Amino acid sequence: MSDKKNTVFLILQDNEDARPIIEAVEQDNPDANIQYQPGMVRMEAAGRLLVNRVTVEENLGREWDVQELHLNLISLGGNIDEDEDKFEISWR
Amino acid sequence: MPAKKLNLRKRYELLTRGMGWETTYQKMDDVFPYDSFEGIKITDWDKWEDPFRLTMDSYWKFQAEKEKKLYAVIDSFAQNNGQTNLACASYLSAIKLFITGVTPLEYGAHRGFAHLGRHFRGDGARIACQMQAIDELRHAQTQVHTISHYNKHFSGLHDPFHQFDRVWYLSVPKSFIEDAMSSGPFEFITSISFAFEYVLTNLLFVPFMSGAAYNGDMATVTFGFSAQSDESRHMTLGLEIIKFMLEQHEDNLPIIQRWMDKHFWRAYRLLGLVAAMQDYMLTNSPMSWKEAWEVYFVENGGALFEDLSRYGLKMPKYHELATAEADHISHQIWSVFCSLGNATGFHTFLPTEEKMAWLSEKYPDTFDKYYRPRFEYWAEQKKAGTFEYQKGLPQLCQVCQIPMVFTEVQTDPMQISYRVTEHGGDKYHFCSDGCKDIFEHEPEKYVQAWLPVHQIYQGNCGGPTLPEVLDWYKFKPEDSGDYIGSKDYHRWQEWKGADKKVKQA
Amino acid sequence: MAIIAKDGYVDNVRDRVENFHGNQLVYVGWDDHLLFSAAWAFPLPPEMPFQGLVSEVMPGSFNDHPDFEKIDWTSVEWVLDGKSFLPDMDKSLKDNGVGHKSLIRFKTPGLMGVNGTRL
Repeated sequence: MSDKKNTVFLILQDNEDARPIIEAVEQDNPDANIQYQPGMVRMEAAGRLLVNRVTVEENLGREWDVQELHLNLISLGGNIDEDEDKFEISWR
Repeated sequence: MPAKKLNLRKRYELLTRGMGWETTYQKMDDVFPYDSFEGIKITDWDKWEDPFRLTMDSYWKFQAEKEKKLYAVIDSFAQNNGQTNLACASYLSAIKLFITGVTPLEYGAHRGFAHLGRHFRGDGARIACQMQAIDELRHAQTQVHTISHYNKHFSGLHDPFHQFDRVWYLSVPKSFIEDAMSSGPFEFITSISFAFEYVLTNLLFVPFMSGAAYNGDMATVTFGFSAQSDESRHMTLGLEIIKFMLEQHEDNLPIIQRWMDKHFWRAYRLLGLVAAMQDYMLTNSPMSWKEAWEVYFVENGGALFEDLSRYGLKMPKYHELATAEADHISHQIWSVFCSLGNATGFHTFLPTEEKMAWLSEKYPDTFDKYYRPRFEYWAEQKKAGTFEYQKGLPQLCQVCQIPMVFTEVQTDPMQISYRVTEHGGDKYHFCSDGCKDIFEHEPEKYVQAWLPVHQIYQGNCGGPTLPEVLDWYKFKPEDSGDYIGSKDYHRWQEWKGADKKVKQA
Repeated sequence: MAIIAKDGYVDNVRDRVENFHGNQLVYVGWDDHLLFSAAWAFPLPPEMPFQGLVSEVMPGSFNDHPDFEKIDWTSVEWVLDGKSFLPDMDKSLKDNGVGHKSLIRFKTPGLMGVNGTRL
């Protein structure tokens, strides 16, 4: 097996509710590739992508339940690990 | 500091463990009669875990919020005559195919998951399936609600569920979902949640809904993405169930591999309709079918299967052919619709010069060489007034039920791919080795296929003539034929003409 | 293959020849003429002479093609169910070996579709 990490991705709607999440992803995943497509934003990264509750809350200025992610979620690729502090997508 | 509420994992465990029990009045096998005949061995259902750990109260809360958002958009779309902001009314052919071909699939999936939500022995899996059953019903309903607005203004949207059970090209999605629904629960979930939703559904919803946004159809974007937000949960369920089955017993691997091969091919063939929608029916396409295939199947699907290779699961059989066909299928499917456009419930139209330039750019190896000539030939005929729809009923594939239009793309793209086998003294024809393999594994199932062309000839579809059959489909005369000159076209011209006058004033 | 179904399958061969009211299904495809996206399906009496297929049935679906009237029927190459064959025009479909759901393909040497594009 090569060391090349496969791409994981997260797609959210391109709207006001998703913006603080998208910004949090940019902050916490500096290597992520963020693509704006009609109506949606596709974020991809090699091997792992993290949505961090604390970062989203800082951007949003209020408490944020990680499961609120469901409201604007379009698609994803990778294994999910979700708890109250983070939503993580990865390929091993 | 207030007492911290239970964490996600704990709450999810409380919901999904202890809701079931070992029955004593009746044998467990009698209570759950469906989950063993397929040969899948489950030793410990408690190992089942849903990574989203969604509890019932949060499920209702989030779903309600999604609905509120969606219906606010639908209302404002209707109040503001959103239909006039479309790129072109011809775009609605895609929506007509969607409501007649995809929405009934959602309803079928609802029924299938409701069945699984009762019949899986593990309570965690049952709860996930119950939620998904509700999701699928929601999708069918929101699609009907959203698209009903277009039904006020345009043809061809009036009887999707009636048509799903009858129309020649709608037997493609119908046979797909009924194949899954008539399987055992593990095969059903492998088919729908994994092969369809995880591996392929992104191709249906993501570029297509993005395409809706690109064509001014905010109503469809909204229901599409609202549905897709559930879809992510479904995909995760699909991946989870595959991993769960593979981890439970090594004997499960060959069974799952065969289901994977079968349902990948079934779902992929169905998506041929989506390829035509994406490349031809969308007035402006943000992404070609081929590009979408590269991103969502080759790259993302490849990563998925690499991850699953640690269990011994391989890429689905014939995936290389599917990738080779990405250069061809949208053109082939749209060609057959255009040539039989007097028998479709949506309008067909030849690609414009602009569209053909785009297709040449997106399909440099194939469009100009194989497909442009037929569209140009038909365009010349239309110009000269000599164009006629073709007269005849096409040969269909016994398994996918698509007219046998696919060609030998790896050796001779202008040669139709014919496959045949014999069973019980009768011949059965297929478009591909993929469909032939599926038949040969379970001939008893597929000899029963309701092939629309054969049913017409057996006298079961309203009568022997085309108008009688179309009437039996509940197609109205204004539903079919070329977009140019149709009722939809004239209405659109009227609106756009009026719009121009307003602007001039 | 072992049948994997909870209660087996009912025996329902939906397209057996008896269901076609005295006809049998015959598929006819014209190679190198992909303007017709697929072979056509026809319900035909097995007693129909092969000539009837050629002069009565096929024109209805194929004669919109400019090549059709140029066909030299004596030079047509026929393939029945994957094997090349020479039909006896006066004999019936049945006696020519054309059965229920047979696929007949034909090639027309020298005619390669619109402008030679195999369309």
